[in-house]
Amino acid sequence: MNMGATKSLQKSENELADANRQLEILSNGIFQNGELPTFARKIKESNQFPLRPRTLEILQINVGYMCNQVCDHCHVDAGPDRKEIMTWETMELCLEVIRNTGAHTLDLTGGAPEMNPHFRRFVEEASKAGIKDFIVRSNLTIIRANKKYYDLPEFFKKHNVHVISSMPHWTKGKTDKQRGDGVFDKSIKALQDLNAIGYGMPDSDLRLDLVYNPSGAFLPGDQASMEKDFKKALLEDFGIQFHNLFAITNLPIARFLDYLIASENYEDYMYQLVEAYNPTAVANVMCTNTISISWDGWLYDCDFNQMLGLKVNSKVKHISEYNEKVLNNRDIVISQHCYGCTAGAGSSCQGTVT
Amino acid sequence: MADQYYDPKDLRKFGKITEWSEELGTKFFDYYSTVFEEGALTAREKSLIALAVAHTEQCPYCIDAYTKDGLQKGITKEEMMEAVHVGAAIKSGATLVHGVMMMNKVNKLDG
Repeated sequence: MNMGATKSLQKSENELADANRQLEILSNGIFQNGELPTFARKIKESNQFPLRPRTLEILQINVGYMCNQVCDHCHVDAGPDRKEIMTWETMELCLEVIRNTGAHTLDLTGGAPEMNPHFRRFVEEASKAGIKDFIVRSNLTIIRANKKYYDLPEFFKKHNVHVISSMPHWTKGKTDKQRGDGVFDKSIKALQDLNAIGYGMPDSDLRLDLVYNPSGAFLPGDQASMEKDFKKALLEDFGIQFHNLFAITNLPIARFLDYLIASENYEDYMYQLVEAYNPTAVANVMCTNTISISWDGWLYDCDFNQMLGLKVNSKVKHISEYNEKVLNNRDIVISQHCYGCTAGAGSSCQGTVT
Repeated sequence: MADQYYDPKDLRKFGKITEWSEELGTKFFDYYSTVFEEGALTAREKSLIALAVAHTEQCPYCIDAYTKDGLQKGITKEEMMEAVHVGAAIKSGATLVHGVMMMNKVNKLDG
């Protein structure tokens, strides 16, 4: 997979920049003619419809779609040309929620969250709320992108931030093919910087986890085996250590959907997802314990639904009217992309779910 | 009959083999899945062996399946090609080593 993307779908005026068009594609064809069951039909077979939340554990906040990278597979369609950025006013509403939530994990994502001009102030304030696990999803290259970001590892350490970073492979070729030329070398340097101050070291409390997602139209392999291979290669070749590897399935939306269609892999990929359907994973998919908040404060069942414009099915739809009790009494919005989270061992922002 | 002997979509129907002989089909798939579990060899090593054999057997379904399986396991294209060369080397070596039979026969008949 290598489209050599330099612009977002939105900037390229690609029809898939329209979430409704994506949802149409995911509902038509093989799902309309009955060749494959819709996700709703599939979970009905195992009496799991409608999908309902469990206890809220994770607040995931997307602070903006701007990113220094334009990765081929990006479900956010992020890039330097995206201007959607969370304002300080919306962040204040988020902080109010963070101070009162029952969730034990706060998960900041983007884009590159560090590119939001209020990022540091937000982290400083949020870290005072006493949330048990405070995650920032950092793409690593941002740390080496500009001098103003060089001290990010120290900043993360100061606020006891749990860093989760994408690393598609332990080889330069596969990494750069997916994420752009030079990404591998910069990521290695950033990981070494993080290791140097204690991140990812075996007995360290400074958590450093990596995310692996496949570079093409195939599902991730066994998470534990991949972690073993990553650890061995990164340690032997670069002296790098990290804690856990999360294997994440690419969901057929945004740029990855565009790639699947352009490379004529769409139907095969959907077959793979449906054939790997695992009812046990359904019970633990992340939308059942997560609320996703967009840059403009709307609430979603997950980051993928956010990108598809599928707001929560609840009276409470915006951070300004946030009410955990009301939100927890909702049916989760689903479509065929949800098969991505229920394939094999399941997939979530925290890796497998079974 | 389809207008071609091999159809990539037929690979998806492999499991249906069991429908016409449940006992044997089930035994085969149980055996098959056990073989590919981690053992003295890793699942990764087994995948590369399977890929090499898929080529020597010239089985399009197997090449399709074990190329994808290799990618899923993080195996690089360089590793896959080396495995294919191992298969090719054994296959060509197996041909060439029979040349000794030819040499023996020539030596016996015309030595």
